[in-house]
Amino acid sequence: MGVLAYVAKRFGLYLAVLFIGLTITFMLPRLMPINPVDGYIGQIQSRANGTLTPEAISEMRANLEVLYGLRGDLFTQYLSYLKRVVIDFDFGPSFTYYPQPVSAMILNALPWTLGLLLTATFIAWVLGNMVGLVAGYFHKKRAASILEFLGILLYPIPYYILAVTVLLLLAYIFPIFPLSPSFPVGQMTPEKIGMIFYNSLLPGITLVLAGFGWNILSMKALAVATTEEPYVTYARLKGASNWTRMTRYVFRNALLPQVTALALSLGMVFNGALLTEMIFSYPGIGLIMRTAATGGDYNVLYGAITLSILAVATAGLVIDLIYPLLDPRIRHK
Amino acid sequence: MSFDTNNADPVALVIAPASAKAGRRGGGLLWLLNGRLAVGLVILLVMGLGSFILPFFAPADPSLQATYMRNLPMSGVHWLGTNALGQDIFWFLVIAIKNSLMLGILVAVGVTIVATIVGLSAGYIGGMFERIVMLFVDTFITIPLLPILIILGALIRGNTSFFTVGLIIIIFGWAWDARTVRAMALSLREREFINMARFSGASTVDILAKEIFPYVSAYILVGFINTVLFAINTEATLAVIGLSKVEVPTLGSIIFWALSYNALFTGQYPWIVAPIIATVTLFLGLFLTSTGFNQAFAAKRGVS
Repeated sequence: MGVLAYVAKRFGLYLAVLFIGLTITFMLPRLMPINPVDGYIGQIQSRANGTLTPEAISEMRANLEVLYGLRGDLFTQYLSYLKRVVIDFDFGPSFTYYPQPVSAMILNALPWTLGLLLTATFIAWVLGNMVGLVAGYFHKKRAASILEFLGILLYPIPYYILAVTVLLLLAYIFPIFPLSPSFPVGQMTPEKIGMIFYNSLLPGITLVLAGFGWNILSMKALAVATTEEPYVTYARLKGASNWTRMTRYVFRNALLPQVTALALSLGMVFNGALLTEMIFSYPGIGLIMRTAATGGDYNVLYGAITLSILAVATAGLVIDLIYPLLDPRIRHK
Repeated sequence: MSFDTNNADPVALVIAPASAKAGRRGGGLLWLLNGRLAVGLVILLVMGLGSFILPFFAPADPSLQATYMRNLPMSGVHWLGTNALGQDIFWFLVIAIKNSLMLGILVAVGVTIVATIVGLSAGYIGGMFERIVMLFVDTFITIPLLPILIILGALIRGNTSFFTVGLIIIIFGWAWDARTVRAMALSLREREFINMARFSGASTVDILAKEIFPYVSAYILVGFINTVLFAINTEATLAVIGLSKVEVPTLGSIIFWALSYNALFTGQYPWIVAPIIATVTLFLGLFLTSTGFNQAFAAKRGVS
């Protein structure tokens, strides 16, 4: 019963987050004083050197409003928006790459983002927790504070600074990686896959470094607290080795809050991944968003943000649903 | 996780790096001082005072373009040289730090007010009201901020003021703090020492001033500093991808211009390295100050 109630509650929160998120995405552009349709008409007008007649313009305006779901009162727009997004996963066509559908563009970019993000987050999480565990378990030793210092130094540095610094160091001063990496598309050959892997290393290193510091600090704090627990002292008196105590007694218990923290911080990890993609021109969702933002391609932006909310909320849900498997206290309540 | 980060930041909740140094009372505010805090405060003082006082001595408005010859190397006149836009990099950087700090403080004031009102009311009123409020808080925490800011940036770009950027960050940045304040309100509701004071005959004002405020102020102060960090970071992030008011010198816009003029390719190191060093130092200062305060307050409360 405990598990069922937990799952139901968590799923309710998931639906609520999605609903509120979609509503915000719907409302934002409509609260803005700027109408994208005017912008588009302006662009088309200037491409046609201003030769369009007023009739043609008003017809075009009507067509664009239908195309972008701006017809009818706010409530009708809202319902048709929810239907399109939730049921059909349809965000209309891209403006810049008309008539390519936005959903296809996003689905093409998604594997790139997921591949980079998941790999980097996993490595950062494992490495950071290991270093943090050692720093926390041996917190009375001098050498451990050096490990913590590493975390303090890395943690407050913003993603964009890390990205630019990594670029400066590893592509410019020590030219190990290309300054402007290329990511081939189309039929994959082993050679192309190797190149993609090689060129993904820089954004990957940035993301790992960024997640690394945070994991060290929070694992260290948790491990210090856990090490002081009486059952760890008991294990020492019982004759359990340092290694056993560190891995089986301290690590397993300190791990649980770290899993929760990972679920909570997914939004930020995702933000960082988007930003890193933009700076390294890595062909994921982030780059699509940047191109769309510069070109005023609003459908693409709305599609990307809807997908972002969906992805982050779902990943959080999955982590929280795995949680009872790790924590027997929830299972046996 | 640095983006955006910091107020939206689990570490602030997880970390209360407490080495029990109780019993260091007396001597005014000296009990507060520990290694981290001292280093952090010195960094903040130097950078804060420097960036607010130095601009009075600036030879010209650093944000104006084509004031000097372009791409001058480092020299006695131009300490960090000039950039491809004909601006003095040193003075541009000083103004950038000042603007970023001002934005950060402004946003932090706004966020702290909103978060305190929302968090306290949710914690004290409770019931259905609390559940609905917390649903919104959790949603705002879960929704990735950057995509929303990118859309807003794309929509209002050009038609915005620097102030609007700050306002937008407040609107989307209050949730983490509200969550912390609510947790605090909940725990205060249950605390024995409040009841104890009340039963000993202390008036409500006395309880507020002597029992609750010292407890709350510590968290609010730490949250405030974390929010400053978060705000500076968020604005800078938007600026780096060109979606903030990039004409205003900030720690982000200086990197935006350096990247768009390919400072890396043309070998203008100072243009890109100086803001990196300044940002890292400032953020380290803010971070050390906030965790230092946390440590000091934790030691004072004796909850290590």
